[in-house]
Amino acid sequence: MDDGQVGLTDTEQDARPADKPATRRKTPSWLAGNLLLLPTTIWFFFLLIIPTLIIIGYSLGHRGVIVPIRFDWGDLVWSNYKTATNPDFLPIFIRSIVYALVSTIACVLLGFPLAYWIARFSGRLRNVYLVLVIIPFLTSYLIRMYAWQFILQRNGLLNSLLGTLGLGDNHIFLNTHFAVILGLTYGFLPFMILPLYASIERMDKSLVEASYDLGHGKVSTFFRVILPTVSPGLVAGVLLVFIPAVGDFVTPELLGGVKTQMIGTTIYDQFGSGNNWPLGSAMSVLLMLGILVGVFVYLSRVGEEAL
Amino acid sequence: VTSVPTKRAKSPLRPRYLKLHAVLVFAFLFAPIIVLVVFSFNKAKSGTDWGGFSTHWYSVLAHTPAALQAFRNTLKVAVVATFFATIIGTSAAFALTRFKFRGRSGYSTLIFISLVLPEIVMGVSLTAFYTRFAHVQLNIHTVELAHITFCIAFVVVVVKARLSAFDNRLVEAAADLGATPFQAFLRIVLPLAAPGIFAGAMLAFTISLDDVVITSFTSGPGSTTLPLYIFGQLKFGVSPSINALSTIVLGVALIMLAIAGVFSLRASKRGVGAVDASTLG
Repeated sequence: MDDGQVGLTDTEQDARPADKPATRRKTPSWLAGNLLLLPTTIWFFFLLIIPTLIIIGYSLGHRGVIVPIRFDWGDLVWSNYKTATNPDFLPIFIRSIVYALVSTIACVLLGFPLAYWIARFSGRLRNVYLVLVIIPFLTSYLIRMYAWQFILQRNGLLNSLLGTLGLGDNHIFLNTHFAVILGLTYGFLPFMILPLYASIERMDKSLVEASYDLGHGKVSTFFRVILPTVSPGLVAGVLLVFIPAVGDFVTPELLGGVKTQMIGTTIYDQFGSGNNWPLGSAMSVLLMLGILVGVFVYLSRVGEEAL
Repeated sequence: VTSVPTKRAKSPLRPRYLKLHAVLVFAFLFAPIIVLVVFSFNKAKSGTDWGGFSTHWYSVLAHTPAALQAFRNTLKVAVVATFFATIIGTSAAFALTRFKFRGRSGYSTLIFISLVLPEIVMGVSLTAFYTRFAHVQLNIHTVELAHITFCIAFVVVVVKARLSAFDNRLVEAAADLGATPFQAFLRIVLPLAAPGIFAGAMLAFTISLDDVVITSFTSGPGSTTLPLYIFGQLKFGVSPSINALSTIVLGVALIMLAIAGVFSLRASKRGVGAVDASTLG
């Protein structure tokens, strides 16, 4: 779609000199484009690229005693990366990935049927249902996690509800794998539903009918017709859930504890109470690298313009 | 080939089960939010026993200077961040959709990276930049700069989505009718892009309003925002006044959504198109 747009601009520019000469000559396309991007470029250079480079540099520095970091060009070390991947910290990386993966799967299982239903069967109220998905999407993530803390805590709503039902009111929900995965799933579910909805809505219904006419069953139609057609939305949804979930800080902080530490809370601690900036930087770089791999897989699957 | 009895049965996923599933998922999405709002009006001091309806915790908040200050800071930061991010992001979106030039995909990738960079990484790198490199005192302005940084990409994505559906023949028609490029931009392109720009600004505002991680790394004494204030209070445990505060924040977000809805309804009545889910995602 985007390419078509650019193509039109292009033909317009090619055609112009012929019928409308000097008077209509516009600023050259490359100049206009770069000028319009200048504020973004300057902004990102100072507040995105330089800070990221600083973190990469710091990940090779030493821990300071008075200052949080001692950095010296002549004395760069890899030891922070060794520490970040030692048996103390490697399980935290693995745990973050597993949590994010499980919540992504949960989001697909919860989100796909809902998106399918809204796109195909919700009738006249479709926009109302969409707004019902967008409301939690635009609602403060922190507050939504706080709501779960309120529900799951020892003397919280779930325990008093279970107590009323005679199932005991002293269950432990917080600081468990369950709580953190629940929180991540809840937090990022709208990010799965919206792109899935968009691609299911665009799907040609007659494809499904054709599949039946050609003798495919339900299962076969689902896996061989529906799933491949909506896969761009699915890929987008998976990445939109997985990427923020793996580096999340708020959920493990509010619903988890020491046993459920994730990489986000660990980095936070290294820059706070742990006061080990080089280690925290090394962890940040590793997290960033992991995410970038994901991004490039995504870009190669769906193309840059799907951004 | 057997004929399929009704049109509905043609779906491999049965509508009846899908509907049940939809009801359950919506309940899952809304139950915690509703619980929070309901219990913000609870008279009882502790957790989950219902002690009757009361607005007591709201008046407690109104007499907590720190909460009021945090509320003012939040609005200040969100307005400043939205304003600048909308201008910067919109011009970037125009560049990326309406002009062809070398390095375009490089810019797109950079914007995409800023979108997927984990908040925690952006937070720590900005704090390192501010305190160890630029040697500035952390205050409300460092928070504003940080918020503009992460809001830009969201504006770009939303405005780009709007502009890529743009019919360029309209501009050509304007040119044929004697409009200068500037006039065509002002009277054709900008009004058509307006719903996208508005949606982008709304998204930037809500995201700025919500941020806790990056703010906690870039704010100094006196520049605490509402999410940061809530986060700090949570260390002392759950309290009804946090429920009240959360309800206020939810209310602000809902008002924003309602304004966006009214705006998009008016826009679609004028035939300009709606602020729909696809421009938000």
